[in-house]
Parts: sequence; structure tokens; C-alpha cells
Amino acid sequence: MVADAAPSQLAAAPSRAPVGLQIRAWLARRAESIAIPVAAALAGFALFGLFLACLGKSPFQLIDIVYRGGFGSSFALGNSLQRAAPLLFAALCVALPARLGLVVIGGEGAIILGGIAAAAAAQPLASLPAALAIPLMACAAAVVGAVWIGAVGWLQAYRGVNATISSLLLSYIAIAISNHLIEGPLRDPTSLNKPSTLPIGDAFMLSPMPWIGVHWGLGCGVVACIVAYVLMDRTTLGFAARIAGGNVRAAQIQGLPVGRLIVGFTALGGAFAALAGFFEVVAVQGTANGTLAAGYGYTGILVAFLGRQNPLAIVPVAVLLGGIEASSGLIQRRMQLPDATVLVFEGLLFLVVLLSETLYGRFKIFSPHLWAEKRETASASAVSVAA
Amino acid sequence: MGVIYVGPKDDYGYNQAHAEAAKALKAMSGVEVTEEERVPETNAVEKTMESMINLDGATLLLPTSFGYYNPYLLSEAKKNPKIQFRHCGGLWTDKDPKNAGSYFGYIAQGQYLNGITAAYASKSKKIGFVAAKPIPQVLNNINAFLLGAQSVDPNITCQVIFTGEWSLAVKEAEATNALIDGGADVVTCHVDSPKVVVETAARRGAFVCGYHVDQSPLAPQKYLTGAEWNWLPIYKSFAEAMLAGKVPEHFVRGGLSDGYVKMSPYGPGVSDAARKNADAVKAEMLKGGFQIIKGPLKDNAGKEILPSGKAYAEKAVELESTNYLVSGVKGSV
Repeated sequence: MVADAAPSQLAAAPSRAPVGLQIRAWLARRAESIAIPVAAALAGFALFGLFLACLGKSPFQLIDIVYRGGFGSSFALGNSLQRAAPLLFAALCVALPARLGLVVIGGEGAIILGGIAAAAAAQPLASLPAALAIPLMACAAAVVGAVWIGAVGWLQAYRGVNATISSLLLSYIAIAISNHLIEGPLRDPTSLNKPSTLPIGDAFMLSPMPWIGVHWGLGCGVVACIVAYVLMDRTTLGFAARIAGGNVRAAQIQGLPVGRLIVGFTALGGAFAALAGFFEVVAVQGTANGTLAAGYGYTGILVAFLGRQNPLAIVPVAVLLGGIEASSGLIQRRMQLPDATVLVFEGLLFLVVLLSETLYGRFKIFSPHLWAEKRETASASAVSVAA
Repeated sequence: MGVIYVGPKDDYGYNQAHAEAAKALKAMSGVEVTEEERVPETNAVEKTMESMINLDGATLLLPTSFGYYNPYLLSEAKKNPKIQFRHCGGLWTDKDPKNAGSYFGYIAQGQYLNGITAAYASKSKKIGFVAAKPIPQVLNNINAFLLGAQSVDPNITCQVIFTGEWSLAVKEAEATNALIDGGADVVTCHVDSPKVVVETAARRGAFVCGYHVDQSPLAPQKYLTGAEWNWLPIYKSFAEAMLAGKVPEHFVRGGLSDGYVKMSPYGPGVSDAARKNADAVKAEMLKGGFQIIKGPLKDNAGKEILPSGKAYAEKAVELESTNYLVSGVKGSV
């Protein structure tokens, strides 16, 4: 349901048409991939407005509150961006495997273990300067995350275990392992009622990014999305991965190493997710504890699907979702609605976007052939008139 | 005044206990209460606090979940020196920001009284405890529940099962069933929302003691009594101080005698003898200084906790770092 059909469409595009027509056809395809998600998001908003109206609340007040709580001031925008930061990484953990046809929903496990790994690595690195130790902590997190989600890919590619189920179950195991470590071997004995690892120390804490006051997870998350986009859409490796995602048999016949591609891209997704945990530790908490399991991994699924598994689309979608979550407080306080209202909203958005997946290719207006042919007939008639 | 909850306000548990006090405060003239529920223990709570300060004009904030304290509340307190912060459960010391503080109640006293009624109701002489995490506050409750029961019958044992999370309904139901399958016929718990434990136990025919708030409506026949919070006196004193332009107290701790902890009314399963015994102990506790952890006492691995002649009253600082289960508790930390 998530496989991007781009390669096959590319092959089918009218290659002999003049350049101008090719651009038109390309624009039509792009317009489709923007118009349908935007329309789906608007439909989600409308459905939720209907839901609010049934509760006797004004949908227009909701729009006002989402704007003021999420985007209307520098405080609100900072609030949204801060919430978006971990979602960028979490969404990549869904989007990268998705291009290979895998639905990985267990990024939460990689986030938690990544945070633990970063905090655990801080102790042996304590004597190093921060400029060296912090990247090493990030590496420790990334390696653990890569192994965790890479294992999901390996199980799928070589043992036929469904990645959706194995990743979800592995995330519960990750929570259990982290509870054991935090309450046992890694526990700071002075953390009485909130078991945590030893603090990494102020020297290893990252200060916020200049001007916007949000931690560096945001900047690195955006860079990660761009890197993932370039890798996926602008390299032969990414092209091979998309072919494997579109049609495994065809990819195998072409001699592509499908198994290694799956393991590699799931591992990369896991490494990205683990960085969300890393930033939770080095930029926010200063220790690893049970609150690493804050559900970012699950919201990340929603972000990736709303962004149609496109790494670049993840950035605006994560900010939108961050804004909705940021305004959830105001929705509670100003509209006297329970917090679950926001869950209803996110659920509706998710459903509408999943439904909209079935609409691709159904609208003639977006068909590249239509645009190419139209121009051809138009120019043909123009020629005959001239004759 | 802003109140922040980690779970839903109507959870029949920890958050509801706070929300009931906040609701009662709304009636006070001059006090405006703004509330936000299901705020995770992440930097989201910093933003909630800032939003309450900037957009709602809150001057006193009450973040009620333990994990809000360090680092979030402490950093917000430093950033907003004019705003007062009082936190539930934290251990404020005079090294922390002067506009912060903490409050809590000695609810183990309630669990001790729960244990007394449980001992009279139990036929199998096995009682059970569904616990969230092996941290001092929870361990104190488990120990108090069994020691209360053993004050009636020294042969009673208590099986404990840790679920590992504050709120995990499925595991709480499984744990309750497992305790009852193992022979326990009275069950209590320390999780955020005791609803699942109370309903599951009652459905299986076991008696149940409540926690956080009165859960008797969930199991009218099987509910013995319960250890409840009563935050209203604390919140009222904070609000009165703010209205009078004074700084609210920094460190508030108290139990039954201060009115911060109370007991649910006895259910139909509590015998006259149990009532009499529990009421007598409660009268002792109301005088203050009641000792639950009293030597000679061993932990359930045989190690001595206290020699005879020594004891911890409710205010003892040692109880803030409990890391053992007393002899007779089956389970490990």
C-alpha cells in the first residue's frame, strides 16, 4: 500500500515527446502527489470540524486555537518545532523501509535503546572533550538502533518474518530491556522515585540552536531528511531500493541484492530513530529514563504516512503535527475538551490519508499522458491550420 | 493557578485525586484554575508550563507527576523567578530554586489500614499487591499493606507483581488474575489507575482495597476500604497564601493527622472486629508518630532491616529511600 510507483511510471512516461511536454507531464505527476495529500488533510480537518460541531463546539475556534497554539507567535512556533524534532527521526524509520515495501512500526524501540546507549556511552567517555565524546555517543546510539531495526529487515529478507509484526513486538522487548537496565545495572543509586541512568554531566549537554531556541535535534533532523531524500531519489542505491520495493521479483531478475538492500535501509532507518533518543538524552533530559518511551515512534508512523514516505515531505508534516500537539493544551484549556480529542483528530487524519492512497491515478487531470497527448493534438491541429 | 496531570482527569486514580481538589478550588473566590491532562514527562511539560504562564497568566503552577520535577520544573523555575512552582512528590531542598517547592502525603498509613481490613477478610491468608515500579514510594506501600495484615495475623503472606509501568491496563488485569489464581483473596495495588485491578478482582470474587481515590462504586460488594489522597487542604493553603501575597510553603508533608490522606468508607465485607481494630489503629495514627517499620524486622531475603528497639515513624527520611520488601512479601525488587 505504500510502495512508490515512481520507477514504473518513469519507464512509461512518453520519452520521445519534446522537452516542454515532458516537463508538463512531470508537473502533472507532481501536482497529483501534492494535491491529494493536501486535499486529504483538509478533508481530515473538515471531518474533525463535523465531530466538534456534534459536540457543540465551534470548528472555527479550533482553527484559531491551532493557529495561536502552534504557529501564531514565536513561542508557539518554537513549541511546535520542539515537538517536531523527534518526529523527523522517527518518521524516517518508517519512510526508508517503506520505499522497500516494508511497513516498520517499531521505531519506538530504536528510540528508547538509542537513548540508553547514548547515556551508557557517556560514562566511559567522561574523560574525553565534549566535541569528541558527543559524536561518539551519537555513534553508539546509531549503532544500537541500526542493529535493532536492521534485525527486523534481516528477519523479513532472510526468514520471511513480517516486518510490521516483528518490529512492533521488538519494541516491547526494547522497553523491557530498557526498564531492566534503568532499574538495574545502569541505575543511578540516587535516582529514588524516578529510576534513571547516571547523568551524562552538564559538559556533555547540547545547548539549544541559536535564534530559535529549539534543541539541535531539529536541525540534525532536517539534515537527516535531506540526506535520506538524496539517497533515495538521487542515487543508484536508492533507485535499486525503490525497484526492490516496487517489484521484488523484477529486482531479483535484474540481479539486485534485495536482501542486503532491505537490511541496509532498515538499519539506516533504525539509526535515524536512535538519534531521536540520543537527542532526548543529550539535549533534553541529561539522563536516560522511562520517559524515553514517550510515543514519538508511534507519532512518527503518522508523520511518515501523511508525508507519503517522502523524506522531504516529512519536514512540513512533522511541523504540522508538532503544531497540532502543541495546541492540544490550548484545546483542553480554552475549549474544555479532553486530551483524547487530539487523538481523534490525528486518527481521522490518518484514516483519510490511508483512504486517499487509493485515489492515485484515478484523476485524469493528473495523468501525464493526458497532458502530453493534449499538447500533441493541439500542436498537430496547429500544424494543419498552418498548412 | 495551573494544574498539570500526566494521565486523564477521570482515571479513578492518581490524576483524579488531584483533579477533584482542583475542581473544589474553582469555587474559591479570586482563584482561577487552568488544567491540562495527559502531559507526558518530556520537555512537552516545559511548554505546557510556559503556555500556562504566558497565555493564561498563571502565577502558581502545580505539576503533579513525579517525572516533571527534574529537569523540567527546576529549569522553568529558574527561567520564571516571579512564578511559584509546587510539585507533588519531589524532594525540594533549600538548594533548589526559592520559587519552587514540593508536597506529598504519607499514604503508606492508609495501606497499613487497608492491610488490617484485608487480614480479617482473607480466608486463604494470602493477599496480593499489583505494583507499578519498584521505587521507594511503592515499596513503602507494599510493606505497609503486609505489615498491617500481619498485625492481625503474623502468618499472612503477600504476593507482589510489578507491571513495570504506571499505566498498563492489560498487564494489570493479568497480574490481578495471576494473584487470585495463586490463592490471594484480597488484592490492592499501586498503579496510576486502580480501576482495572478493582474491577478484575471483584469479578473474580476476591475482596479489594482501593488506592488514590474511592473506587467503591466500581465494586460495591467487594470493596473493603481504600487509601485516598486529600490534596484540597494543601491546595487551599497554597491558594490562600498567594491571595494574601505571601509565598506558599516550600516543603509540605503530612499523613492522616494532617488530613492529606484519608480512608474510604468501609464496605459491607468489613467485619465488626476489623472495623474496631482499624479504627483503633487509625486513632493512634491521628495522634502522629505511628511506626509502621518497626524492629526487629527482616527483609524477604533474610537481611536485617532494623534491630529491635528501633523504628521509623512516618516522617523518617529513611523511608524516602526504601529498597527492600519486608519478610512475608513474595516477590523481589
